[in-house]
Amino acid sequence: MDERLCADTWTESSSPANELPKKVPPDHQPFTNFNLQQYQQKWEEDPSIQDYAMSIEPQFPEFNLPCETPSSVACNPSNQTKNEPLDASRIQDWDPRAMLNNLSFLEQKIHQLQDLVHLIVGRRTQVAARSDELVAQQQQLITADLTSIIVQLISTAGSLLPSLTQTLSSNGTPFISQLGQLSGVVFPSGPNLNGSVFPQNSKVSDQSNHVDLTGNCKTEQNCIEDELKDEDDADEGEHLSPGSYEILQLEKEEILAPHTHFCIICGKGFKRDANLRMHMRGHGDEYKTPAALAKPNKETNSEPMLIKRYSCPFAGCKRNKDHKKFQPLKTILCVKNHYKRTHCDKSYTCSRCNTKKFSVIADLKTHEKHCGRDKWLCSCGTTFSRKDKLFGHIALFQGHTPAIPLEEAKGSAAGSSDRGENSEETNKVELNLGTNFSCGSGDQNGNDAKGGVDDPPSFFSPLTFDTCNLGGFHEFPRPLFDDSETSFSFLMSGSCSYPRKTREESCSDKT
Amino acid sequence: MKKQKPTNEFVFNHFDLLSEELILSILDCLDGNPLDKKSFSLVCKSFYSIESQHRKTLKPLRSEHLPKILNRYPFVTHLDLSLCPRITDSSLTITSVSCNKMLRSIDLSRSKFFTHVGLLNLATNCSNLVEIDLSNATDLRDSAAAAIAEAKNLEKLWLARCKLITDMGIGCIAVGCRKLRLISLKWCLGVGDLGVNLVAVKCKEIRSLDVSYLPITNKCLPSILKLQYLEDLVLEGCFGIDDDSLAVLKQGCKSLESLDMSSCQNVSHVGLSSLTSGAASLRQLILAYGFPVTPALADSLQKLSTLQSIKLDGCPVTCSGLKAIGNWCVSLREISLSKCMGVTDEGLSSLVTKHKNLRKLDITCCRKITHVSIASITNSCTSLTSLKMESCTLVPKEAFIFIGQRCHLLEELDFTDNEIDDEGLKSISRCSKLSSLKLGICLNITDEGLTHIGMGCPNLIELDLYRSAGITDSGILTIARGCADLEMINISYCKDITDSSFISLSKCWRLNTLESRGCPLITSLGLAAVAVGCKQLTKLDVKKCYNVNDAGMIPLAHFSQNLRQINLSLSSVTELGLLSLASISCLQSMTILHLKWLTPSGLAAALLACGGLTKVKLQASFKSLLPKPLFEHLEARGCVFQWREKLFQVCLAFICDIRKTGNEVRDKYFGESV
Repeated sequence: MDERLCADTWTESSSPANELPKKVPPDHQPFTNFNLQQYQQKWEEDPSIQDYAMSIEPQFPEFNLPCETPSSVACNPSNQTKNEPLDASRIQDWDPRAMLNNLSFLEQKIHQLQDLVHLIVGRRTQVAARSDELVAQQQQLITADLTSIIVQLISTAGSLLPSLTQTLSSNGTPFISQLGQLSGVVFPSGPNLNGSVFPQNSKVSDQSNHVDLTGNCKTEQNCIEDELKDEDDADEGEHLSPGSYEILQLEKEEILAPHTHFCIICGKGFKRDANLRMHMRGHGDEYKTPAALAKPNKETNSEPMLIKRYSCPFAGCKRNKDHKKFQPLKTILCVKNHYKRTHCDKSYTCSRCNTKKFSVIADLKTHEKHCGRDKWLCSCGTTFSRKDKLFGHIALFQGHTPAIPLEEAKGSAAGSSDRGENSEETNKVELNLGTNFSCGSGDQNGNDAKGGVDDPPSFFSPLTFDTCNLGGFHEFPRPLFDDSETSFSFLMSGSCSYPRKTREESCSDKT
Repeated sequence: MKKQKPTNEFVFNHFDLLSEELILSILDCLDGNPLDKKSFSLVCKSFYSIESQHRKTLKPLRSEHLPKILNRYPFVTHLDLSLCPRITDSSLTITSVSCNKMLRSIDLSRSKFFTHVGLLNLATNCSNLVEIDLSNATDLRDSAAAAIAEAKNLEKLWLARCKLITDMGIGCIAVGCRKLRLISLKWCLGVGDLGVNLVAVKCKEIRSLDVSYLPITNKCLPSILKLQYLEDLVLEGCFGIDDDSLAVLKQGCKSLESLDMSSCQNVSHVGLSSLTSGAASLRQLILAYGFPVTPALADSLQKLSTLQSIKLDGCPVTCSGLKAIGNWCVSLREISLSKCMGVTDEGLSSLVTKHKNLRKLDITCCRKITHVSIASITNSCTSLTSLKMESCTLVPKEAFIFIGQRCHLLEELDFTDNEIDDEGLKSISRCSKLSSLKLGICLNITDEGLTHIGMGCPNLIELDLYRSAGITDSGILTIARGCADLEMINISYCKDITDSSFISLSKCWRLNTLESRGCPLITSLGLAAVAVGCKQLTKLDVKKCYNVNDAGMIPLAHFSQNLRQINLSLSSVTELGLLSLASISCLQSMTILHLKWLTPSGLAAALLACGGLTKVKLQASFKSLLPKPLFEHLEARGCVFQWREKLFQVCLAFICDIRKTGNEVRDKYFGESV
């Protein structure tokens, strides 16, 4: 399935590229993209090869030879320096220093390309007999690099346009995808990204599209790594490139309303639309048809789905779209929980300890499961959830003794909440992936990244739909799957098996 | 010295001439019979008060008299309450208040009915308490352990079988009792790695640690082995410890002197050698039931240069393994190969020829050995003091002659179930130091041989003639005459024994155990003679002595005031006899199965009258005949009832026991059924 998804993104991203060059919002931070792209280039090539069906078959190992050495070596230093400019690029106003950085990187890039060409020239002299295909590949490689340089240059220039920056910042979506701009792909931008049209370079080819895709993918992985540390909400971990999704903001009343689905006939409210549909059956036979009972989203296929993300209505909140480091919320449920937890009174008090308070009733229930149990108490008053921790504490300090509770049967210390476990698990998954990416330098790792990223909605729209319950990925053009699967199968065979597994797990957790 | 005021002029108290120091040193010598001190204190008031101040240890029979006794003996430091089954919190409180800081040691191992409240009083008031034995306190919980932790000066603590105490309680003790030198946690199933680890971390003074049968793993071993002064470590039956975990240990404990790793199923010689590496002063190694005795095991232990004793009971033994042990450079003093499969003449001979300094050898149930082994044992180990060779049935009678000829220093001999005959006994009678001789089921011996023993072994203390059917009164007579110090004798199922034997045994004034089960010729007359002569008698078994009746009980009740345990099953005693026994205040255990003329009401009266009973074996039929509240009352006093239903139960128990311990229990059960 992952292979398909990966393949799908490729094909997906390439197909609309041709038709929608105009809607692309301007890019004032081309830098992010560029840097990443630089060190990604090594594995950028193979997708392009496949997509263009230039050589699907066995030359691949050979192909590795020329491209691997120069680029990967060149990448590493830039990898380290990249983070600062990345952050800098988030600043909304035009920054001459960023520009300078950009230009120097462009310079580097050109040098790298030079080296690559040198190398190719050298090899050509050594090995006389070369297949045409290989030559084609090399050409491809160079073209890709060149295009990316051109694109970068253009975007750098684009960031100088003051009017555009203005629009962007007012829209509150600073991370409008350079990707979209560069490649010509328009990721469906929401209504709030109303068409500030940037003079798009129509010459940008499909290849550059791929380049950007992968580059952006990398950005995201790095972000995940960074963000995991300061995460506070469990529903998190996604990093959409700005503008690649539609932002919805519910009002406070809406969020706190007990019901979200209302019967159009009698007005009765429901928490779930499925329950509403069940209810509707009572209003007449016309609501009993399979079509009426089916999930409403299923019908809107064939056109690319809008990814919906939510903003918290509370001004100043990190989850509010006006926040500098805005992080969108994934689902309505996330919005509800977030709003209640963060901005509402904690009205539910634990009946056992009478101290812990919660605003979400599920949290209270989770707490009550453990409250009062497994309290390993020291004479100094410190409590521990685990006995070995208590004993470690006692062994460490003089004069502290275990405090014996009034003789009561102590429950076992097992059984943490499902939610906790899940979030822990997903965290683990993400961490794993993160480390994988940061050290990965081969083709396969690149593909792994695509297949295994937990929240890559900008690239994996089907997945996102799936996790959000907004629709299935059945709507996506199927024929492409088989095709790409074969072409990808040999790529995915080795290292991809494990991310695939984790992917499934995290999927099942969420749905 | 306190002067006794003479009431009349002419009454002169000669004892006034004795200085107090002299009287105290006289008292020091009166340790043999507890009744002696009692008589001493009854001489006069001054003696009474001197005795009160002299006494340091107290072993009361009844807890209800504790306040008075403790008042009388203010300087008691050691209080042994093991004869008081019922010790309540109030008894402990009284003890703690009256003994206060004098008390240094208390034994509560057989007592029940007290809780953490009493223990807390004890621990806080008796701040000089050094030893507490709380074994078998199966209903104590962590709160009790927390109370013990208040005894800050505690050095020795026994908690065997305190199953409800957990890591938390042990943690309290570890933190509170920092001076602990000995702690026994055997069978404390609630204690795991954490508790043991904390004890080892906090109590650095520990010398002796018993963690048998605890669910511990390797996690607590490193800190145990870091104990600087640890000398005695018992890891018996710790299934959680295995080779892999032991292999990690860099160094064993240097100060270790004794190590018990019996029944550690998951440890082989590999783990053992890593545990004993660096133990430069290890003297005793107990590896029963687990380690196959192979050359590998022997090699791994070869480095132990100070080893003196090794016990390999119940281990599968190979000939080469024994030979390898024989090649050790150390000279062992004690070897136990009891119930080992595979001990042969070849292996045993090569073992004993190298260890010439052997003092104790146990080859119980090594059924394959013959005269060859005995010859080599007696040739090389001439300084043997103890030889146990029960059921070595292939050893011919001639071989026993060697033993007497060559090993003159023998003090303990177990020839149960062997071929020894009178010639052998004659030879053995040369061992003048012999104190314990077991000749059970030796069918070849007669009075003649026993006469030699009686003449040659004046120090004999224990003699077992169980089912040695050739013995009659004359043999017993020579023993009773020759061995005046005899304390224990078993003449069960020597069918020809009559009252005259009992009369002659009554001269052995130290006799405390007399088992004469299944001697139908014994009557009440003989029993009366023993009762009068042997004042220290504590254990009497006259089961199946059909001619013993109430007439025997009355002198017993009158004279044998030290009697603790009696078996009257299948005798002719009636409720009258039982009732008269009630005057023996020490009487604790009574087995009264199948008494023909015993009525339920008589039984009830007897049970109520014997206030100190802790264990009564009864037919199950009485359970329904007597009112339940009676049993409840008796149980509240601390008495435990064991109900015996039918014959087959006995047989079943016998079979089980035989499986467990081999022949050793045979005297318990043979002939028991009807």
